[in-house]
Amino acid sequence: MRYLTDRKRAMGKGAGHTGTLHHWSMTVSAVALAFLVPTFLYVFGTALGQDHAGVVETFSRPFPAILTGLTLFVAMRHFAKGSQTMIEDYLHGTKGKMAIIFVTCLSYVTTAIGLFALAKLAL
Amino acid sequence: MAQAKRVERPLSPHLQIYRWHIPMLTSILTRVTGNGMIVGVFLAVWWLFAAAHSPEHFALANAVVTSWFGDLIFTGSLWAVWYHYLAGLRHLYYDAGHGLDVPTAEKLGWACLIGSVVLTIATILII
Repeated sequence: MRYLTDRKRAMGKGAGHTGTLHHWSMTVSAVALAFLVPTFLYVFGTALGQDHAGVVETFSRPFPAILTGLTLFVAMRHFAKGSQTMIEDYLHGTKGKMAIIFVTCLSYVTTAIGLFALAKLAL
Repeated sequence: MAQAKRVERPLSPHLQIYRWHIPMLTSILTRVTGNGMIVGVFLAVWWLFAAAHSPEHFALANAVVTSWFGDLIFTGSLWAVWYHYLAGLRHLYYDAGHGLDVPTAEKLGWACLIGSVVLTIATILII
């Protein structure tokens, strides 16, 4: 008699290991970004090309600051997971793991720098 | 019988063998634009950090961002954003189980390609 169910033994054995959760989190962040990105493009596009005082003034207002921070955070999570999908297709074993760790850290660092800049501009 | 014998296995079809078609091209472009946009993000975050850091640092970052190089990166990223946006919406539609027959998939592919160019030009004109 088997103590593990068939489902339990199959879990994590697929090519993507935990593909369902990964796919679902991409769906959720994609829908979030569908709302965030057009508004962000308008805010960022308007700020771009202004002088220093204009840029500081724009991002010291709550709406552009919060929107930019939120878009950056969600977009970088979406990027890290999307990039992981690409890496899993082309790199395997230790190389693949190292590449995924690198991309994950890179997106967190980018988010942190962006949020620090926004906090400094806004406060 | 311990030594491994090399077996000539058939090669699975790949990019140089498949005939290029719209769903294939648009799928590859989704991956390329999604990952390529990180360059635009780096530039934007640096510009934002420079603005928060000092007027001198901002002058440098702003000079790069408004140069031909910055224009190239941001215009490319803008198209990439819109392309990835439309391809993402198409993905949600596909995931819901619609549009998977060949004629519809090809139409949706063209819609992503043409739509992304139209939206890019519209964004540049509006902002």
